Amino acid sequence: MITLTVNGKKMAVDADPDTPLLWVLRDHLNMTGTKYGCGMALCGACTVHVNGQPTRSCSTPLSSIGSKKITTIEGLAQIKEGKAVQDAWVANDVPQCGYCQSGQIMSAAALLAKVKRPTDAEIDEAMAGNVCRCGTYNRIRLAVKQASRSLK
Amino acid sequence: MIVNLSRRDFLKAGAGLTLGVAVPALAQMAGPGQGGRGATAAGAFEPNAFVRIGADNTVTVIVKHFEMGQGTFTGLPTLVAEELDADWGQIRAEGAPADASRYNNLFMGPMQGTGGSTAMANSYEQMRKAGAAARAMLVAAAAERWKVDPESITVSRGVVVHQPSGRTARFGQLAASAAKQPVPQEVKLKDAKEFVYIGRRAPRTDSRAKSNGSAIYTQDVKLPGMLTALVAHPPRFGGKVKSLDASKAKAVKGVVDVVAIPSGVAVLAGDFWSAKKGRDALAVEWDESEAFKLGTDEIMAEYKRLAATSGLTVRKEGDAVAALASAAKTFEAVYEFPYLAHATMEPMNCVVQLSAEGCEIWNGEQFQSIDQPAVAAVLGIKPEQVKLNMLYAGGSFGRRANPQADYVVEAVQVAKAIAGRTPVKLVWTREDDMRAGYYRPMYCHALKGGLDGQGNIVAWQHRIVGQSILAGTAFEGMMVKDGIDATSVEGASNLPYSIPNLGVELHSPKMGVPVQWWRSVGSTHTAYSTETFLDELAAAAGKDPFQLRRALLAKSPRHKRVLEMAATEADWSTPLVSARVGDRRGRGIAVHESFSTVVAQVAEVTVRRDGSWRVDRVMCAVDCGVAVNPDVVRAQMESGIAYGLTAALYGAITLKDGVVEQSNFHDYMPLRLTEMPRIGVYIARSDEKPTGVGEPATPVIAPAVANALAAATGKRIRALPIKI
Repeated sequence: MITLTVNGKKMAVDADPDTPLLWVLRDHLNMTGTKYGCGMALCGACTVHVNGQPTRSCSTPLSSIGSKKITTIEGLAQIKEGKAVQDAWVANDVPQCGYCQSGQIMSAAALLAKVKRPTDAEIDEAMAGNVCRCGTYNRIRLAVKQASRSLK
Repeated sequence: MIVNLSRRDFLKAGAGLTLGVAVPALAQMAGPGQGGRGATAAGAFEPNAFVRIGADNTVTVIVKHFEMGQGTFTGLPTLVAEELDADWGQIRAEGAPADASRYNNLFMGPMQGTGGSTAMANSYEQMRKAGAAARAMLVAAAAERWKVDPESITVSRGVVVHQPSGRTARFGQLAASAAKQPVPQEVKLKDAKEFVYIGRRAPRTDSRAKSNGSAIYTQDVKLPGMLTALVAHPPRFGGKVKSLDASKAKAVKGVVDVVAIPSGVAVLAGDFWSAKKGRDALAVEWDESEAFKLGTDEIMAEYKRLAATSGLTVRKEGDAVAALASAAKTFEAVYEFPYLAHATMEPMNCVVQLSAEGCEIWNGEQFQSIDQPAVAAVLGIKPEQVKLNMLYAGGSFGRRANPQADYVVEAVQVAKAIAGRTPVKLVWTREDDMRAGYYRPMYCHALKGGLDGQGNIVAWQHRIVGQSILAGTAFEGMMVKDGIDATSVEGASNLPYSIPNLGVELHSPKMGVPVQWWRSVGSTHTAYSTETFLDELAAAAGKDPFQLRRALLAKSPRHKRVLEMAATEADWSTPLVSARVGDRRGRGIAVHESFSTVVAQVAEVTVRRDGSWRVDRVMCAVDCGVAVNPDVVRAQMESGIAYGLTAALYGAITLKDGVVEQSNFHDYMPLRLTEMPRIGVYIARSDEKPTGVGEPATPVIAPAVANALAAATGKRIRALPIKI
C-alpha cells in the first residue's frame, strides 16, 4: 500500500509503483475529473497540481509522488485561485465538450497562484500545453483574465 | 449527414407531437448528462415525454440530441423554457433513452440520431410545442384549483399568476394536478416579438459540471465488478488474428482474461494500466492476406489519374467543355486533400453490461438507430432489448455516429466473448483511436475555368475523386443516387455562383481504408477547391475577389449578405498595415453554405521573412436563421474555425504500405492556444427558422486563409495541409 495526499486527505492505494498518477486517481481512487487524453504529456487533459506545480499525471508514476501534495479538479475550489478560475469558466461558458477543461482549469489556476496578473505572453506560456479540440481558446484567455481581475 | 427534408415535411413530422407532464414517482435524477446512471440507480424509469416537472419545482427537459459540446443540452431546453415561461434556473437537461418512436430526428425520418447540424433545426417547433402544451396544462390545473377562467391566468419566469385575485403558484405546486389535465391537441406558439429566451444568451446547463470535474463521460463510468478492456488491433485494415500467445499477457498482475474477438484481441483487467501492460505483453501474429497495403502516395497518384478522365455527371449547365475550348483564357488547378482523423479529446470508448433481459450500454451515444440494431445483431436479441444511456461526449465531430457502430460493436463483442460475466469498459488509447480508420476520405479535385475577353467567368468544370462515405451504409439508399454520393459533392454541386457553363463530375474509387463523415462532411474539401479556385480566377481577371463574388451572388441573397457583413467588419477596402519591416500581410475571403447555414469569413495573415506565418484575425458572418442562443452560435463559429484551421495547418493521416503513420498529438497536431486567431462573429438578423451551427464555420476558414496567403505571397496553395 502506498499513501497519497490528495486534496488534503490521506489516501491508501494498492497499485504498482509504475502506475501513472492519472490511473491511480481514476481507477483506484475513483476521482474521474482528471481526464485521459494522450498518455504522453502532449495534451494536458490530465493536469493536476503536485506541490502546486501543474503536472501531467499521465506521465507521472506513482513512485515519484512520495509525500508531495496532490490537488485535483475535485479539490481545486479549496484554493482561492482555483475557485476564481472555475467561476470565470462558468461565467463565460468556456466549456463545449468539456473533456479538456479540468486540465485547462488546473493549468490556469496554477498560473494565477504564481502570477496574479499574468501578461498575454505568460498566459500563452502557461496554457499552450493544454489542447482543446473544440477551440475554446479565446474564451479561455478571457476567463483567465477575468479570474485574475477577481483576485484581490 | 444527412437529410434536410423540405419545410413542409418538417411541419408534418412535427405535428405528431406526444407529450405528457408527469410527477416523477422516483427520486430526481442526477444532473445533466448523468441521466443514464441515475435511471439505472432509480430502477425502471422511462420518461414518455420531453418535459417532466417535479414537485420540487424543477423542469427537466428530455433532450433527444446528444451533447458533444455543440450546446444541445442548452439549446433544446431553451425552446421548452420559452414556451413554458419557465425560469431558466429551474431547467434541467437529461439525455433521452433510445426510442425512435418518440425521439427520432425529424429530418432523418424514423431514425434517432444527431448529426448534420440538425439538432436545433429539427427540434425548433417540436420542443416549443412540448413547452407550450406543458404550460397549458399547468394553467388548466391552476384554473381548476382557483376556479377561475384559464384566460385570466398568466405565466412568467416559472410563476403561474391570477392577477385579479393575486394568487400565485409555482410549477411544482401544480405538477400533480397538471398531470391529470388533458394534453392539448393544438397549442399556440409565441410570436417572435414575445420571446424572452430565444435570441438571448441563456447560460449553458453544463458549464458548472464541466468546470468542477463532476460531468460524467463514458470514460468515467464505473459499474460494480467492471473490467477495462484494451484491444490489440491488426496493424493494417482488413487484417485478422492468425495466432495468439496470451501467456505473458495473462501473467501480468491485474489481467483477468484475454479473448479473441473479430476485430482483434482483447485484454481485460480491473484497471486501465494493468490492461495496457497486458496488451503490451501480447504476442499476436496477424493474417494480412486480405489486408489493405497501399500507401497514401499511391492512392493519390491513382486519384490524379482518374481526375484527368470524365466521371459521372453530377451537375451540368450549358456546356463547360465547349465554353472552355472557346474561352479567351483558361486556368487549371489540381487539389489534394488528405485523410483526416476526428481526434476527439476523449478517445472512443463504450461501457457494456449484458444481462438476461438484454444489453445496457453507456456511451457518448450519437446514433441510436444505428447502434441499437447493430448491437442486437451481435447478441442475437431484439433491438429494443438494447438500452442505450446517452452520456456527454468529449467531442465527436461526427466520429461517434459511426455507420458501422464500430467501437460500440467492439465493446459488445468483448462482453460477449466473456459471456457477460462482468460489465466491460472498452477503452481506446489515443494511438488506437488515431489508427482506427473512419477518416474523412482523401480527395483529389481537378478544376478548369475559362474567362472571356472581358474577364467574365464563362466556364467552370469541376471533377471530384474520392471514396464514397455512404456506400455500404444504411444511408446508401437514401443519399446515393445513380452512383453519386451526395456527401462527396455537396458544396460543389450547389455552387451558388452564376456561371453560364458549369459541369461537376464524380469518381468514387473503392479503397480499403474505412471512411466517415467529419465535421461539415463534403464541404471540408469542396469549399476549399471552389473558393480558392474562384479567387484565382478573380486575380487572373484583375477583379477584387470580394466584388467578383458579390456580383456572381446576385441570385443568392443570403450568401451575398454574409459576404458583405464579413467584408465590412474586416474593413475589406482598407489596406492592411505591416507591423514589422519584411512582414507580408494578406487578407482573404470565402463564403460557403452547408446544412442550410451560410458563413462568410475574412482571414488576415502575416507571413514573416523566415517563412513562418500566422492567422491574426478572422471576421466571421453567419446566417443561421433565428439565433436561438447567440452566445452558443458565437462559440460554434469559433469552434468550427479552430477545427478547420487545425486541419488546414496540420491535418493529415498518411499510410505507408497500408500502415497508418500517425499515432498521437505529436504527429497529428492540434491547434494550440498560441495559434488561435482573434475572431469576431457577426450574426445576420433573421426571422427564418433556425439552421445548424455546429459544422458550417469549419469549411470556410481554410480557403479564407489560403486566399489570404496568396494575397500576401502570390503563391496558391493546392494541397492541404498548407505548406508555404
